[in-house]
Amino acid sequence: MIARRLFSSDRRIAVTIATLLAAAVIVPVLNLAVPAESAFHVPSYVVALAGKYLCYALLALALDLVWGYCGILSLGHGAFFALGGYAMGMYLMRQIGARGVYGNPDLPDFMVFLNWKELPWYWLGFDHFWFAALMVMAVPGLLAFVFGWFAFRSRVTGVYLSIITQAMTYALLLAFFRNDMGFGGNNGLTDFKDILGFSVQASETRSALFAASAVALALGVLVTWLVVGSKYGKLLMAVRDAESRTRFLGWRAENVKLFAFTLSAMMAGIAGAFYVPQVGIINPGEFDPANSIEVVIWTAVGGRGTIVGPIVGAIAVNAAKSWFTGALPELWLFALGGLFIASTLFLPRGIVGLWDRWQQMRATRAVPAEGKAAARTEPQPAE
Amino acid sequence: MQFVRGLVLAIAVICASLPSLAHADEAGLRALLTRLATTTNFQETESVVRDLAATGEPAVERILSALADGNLYVRKSDQGVFTGKEDGQTLSLSDPLDGTAAGTAAKADIVKVKVNNALRRTIRDVMGGLTLGSADPTVRLSAASTMLKRPDKTALPALDAAIAGETDATVKAALAQARAAAVLVSDLGEAEKRAAIAVLANRGDSDALAQLTAFQAASTGALAETAARSVAQIETSMAAWQVAQNVWYGISLGSVLLLAAIGLAITFGVMGVINMAHGEMVMLGAYTTFVVQQAIRAFAPDLFDWSLAIALPAAFLVAGGVGLAIERGMIRFLYGRPLETLLATWGVSLILQQAVRTIFGPTNQEVGAPSWMAGAFQLGQLTITWSRLWIVLFCLAVFLLLVFIMKRTSWGLRMRAVTQNRRMAASMGIRTPWVDAFTFALGSGIAGIAGVALSQIDNVSPNFGQGYIIDSFMVVVFGGVGNLWGTFIGAMTLGVLNKFLEPYAGAVLGKILVLVLIILFIQKRPRGLFALKGRAVEA
Repeated sequence: MIARRLFSSDRRIAVTIATLLAAAVIVPVLNLAVPAESAFHVPSYVVALAGKYLCYALLALALDLVWGYCGILSLGHGAFFALGGYAMGMYLMRQIGARGVYGNPDLPDFMVFLNWKELPWYWLGFDHFWFAALMVMAVPGLLAFVFGWFAFRSRVTGVYLSIITQAMTYALLLAFFRNDMGFGGNNGLTDFKDILGFSVQASETRSALFAASAVALALGVLVTWLVVGSKYGKLLMAVRDAESRTRFLGWRAENVKLFAFTLSAMMAGIAGAFYVPQVGIINPGEFDPANSIEVVIWTAVGGRGTIVGPIVGAIAVNAAKSWFTGALPELWLFALGGLFIASTLFLPRGIVGLWDRWQQMRATRAVPAEGKAAARTEPQPAE
Repeated sequence: MQFVRGLVLAIAVICASLPSLAHADEAGLRALLTRLATTTNFQETESVVRDLAATGEPAVERILSALADGNLYVRKSDQGVFTGKEDGQTLSLSDPLDGTAAGTAAKADIVKVKVNNALRRTIRDVMGGLTLGSADPTVRLSAASTMLKRPDKTALPALDAAIAGETDATVKAALAQARAAAVLVSDLGEAEKRAAIAVLANRGDSDALAQLTAFQAASTGALAETAARSVAQIETSMAAWQVAQNVWYGISLGSVLLLAAIGLAITFGVMGVINMAHGEMVMLGAYTTFVVQQAIRAFAPDLFDWSLAIALPAAFLVAGGVGLAIERGMIRFLYGRPLETLLATWGVSLILQQAVRTIFGPTNQEVGAPSWMAGAFQLGQLTITWSRLWIVLFCLAVFLLLVFIMKRTSWGLRMRAVTQNRRMAASMGIRTPWVDAFTFALGSGIAGIAGVALSQIDNVSPNFGQGYIIDSFMVVVFGGVGNLWGTFIGAMTLGVLNKFLEPYAGAVLGKILVLVLIILFIQKRPRGLFALKGRAVEA
């Protein structure tokens, strides 16, 4: 039924999902089955890089759900991403077992180094993949639920909310830097060996992780599309455009926001969980407020309030970043800063919005008479 | 025997002030020096050191310090003792008593008088007694405090003599305290010791506490009780000073926060936008200071003490100018969209950071302190550095100036009107775009002069502003945007709270706790401590 709705109503979403699923099959095949000298061979580093971009895209999509559709500018989404990453990192740490530098079968290396005698209680259970997978969603979700419950109930909105989400990720950054937190302090968690019994270094595993990331992103797109297309989605956008009016009509705006915020945090956590085995490290730097703001710009560049936009934006900006930091490292921050300014001043609807306008202009030129009527009207805040 | 030696020392200390008498003993000193040339082990050297000290001659001080520094040599040919100064392969020798030059010698022809750590300690201890007779009151004072830390009952007569001859009240008090410490370790009677405890209790610092605690542990009966009472009394007063110190550090941190945040609060209050590039305005101010100082070093080194005063208007103009350019070039197109403004100004902050990194390099720049900001002074048991004190005063001056501008000038009136109700203010004929531009320039300029002050206490690097920006946001959301006093109280509260949490929770955990407290506080008062009331706020 979903499939029928997909293909009948929103072709762009269907194309995106199909592309992602196709990539999940084709890229691993080109990496593993095609010989290295062939022109069609995809090197392993590209697979890892592309997998990383897909995780970023999922994170940007998560942010888009709250910012683009609900008007909550979270400057702390990096925190949910990093928490999901840490949950996965803890599982991977437990899989090292006795193969660490100190060869201690019970404790990760950094705990041996700190002279800890036994595993802290919050590390219990992370030997099991299913438990870690649950925590990847549960921890960010719970934090977002508690945080959002307090914040939305007392009607903290707009810039204030942005600032306190930033304070949240900053507090977590400081906390995770501490050695006594039991998360590896400054160095974070690294030196992973296995995931589900397969070596994280092997190109087969990397291809599988890429495929899994692509499928996860496709699922994320599907879920977001279902949510924003539902009756609840209409409510979400109503809260974005006129929160007080929605409240006066009898809806509980805080509950609407809370659901979106929690769901979004869980998606960000999943993105982090796929990210960590592919880059091989998770450290407190991921909590840096600057990272969270960068996620906002991916979404803005791609086009907020659209589903495809954040994916396009995340991949485009990160590809540009990879190229710049290799070729012109001095200029990257100029480019990124310029992107922030240009996208807010000139591209309020991002690349996708630009594409739509271009399509419309073509359509208008084809049928000049209908041009004015077809012009899209921007939703204006009613207050 | 010890008593006799002490007595000799005491007499010698008195005699030391009479140079005519000192010469009488020169022959005796020479004899002791010759003994130094023939010593074979450290014990012998130590006994010579003690005998030398017992003479109490001022010249002994020079000999002993040369010995402690390893500059005392014996000439092999005639067993003569000299102080030597290394000069390549040879040494220039001089007489240890009167310092007259005595030619040079090859290194092979002389032997160093050996010292070890135990001997150095002995020298330091006996020197404390010797310097009691110094003509310089600061030397006498430090001698007294050394003797307080390492009390020696044999020094009692010397101390008594020194107290009798002392004219400087501060030194006299310090000597009396040193004497009290010595009394506590001596065999004197209970009444004397009781008086000594009272003297030390009056001093009331950690040195006195250490002496009293040691005495309490070693003694029994009524005396131990008296000592215990004094220890408790000192501990209470020290705890009070600790609180005073925390408050001072808190005020100091609070004024730094206030300086960094106040410009932000003005722009946020009037325009409702958060300027993420605010930290970079502070950085620009700091770099302006650096450039001004470089120029002064190059062209007018005499003016260096005025460098900060010159940097202040320069930093205000630079940061204010950049702020004006940002407002005119970017922000005015984004009014009504505060979240987009936040992102765009973040972009500006990245560009400014990278620009400064490209121009000045990524490393820390050296910003010097004028002489009047160096050093510290003592207030009770508080050590207050001048730089901190100046920053607190400067911060207050800036704050009061801003309050004056807001409350007493027509610009301030217009700014307040726009803060309270933009549309109504516009209807009354206030040109709100001008007010916005002026406000943004003013806020940025204030950030610039904050940078001048903060360059004195922090490393000036391209990331300079980043360290302050989150704290500034916290001050603004905590204090509210209704008036400047909210920012003031917000900054001071956060500063003092931080410093009081630090001893219990550690610096990092303390900061985390403060952040969590603010996040919780925002739930209670979503618009900060001093929120504007009225319908306009809901827009």
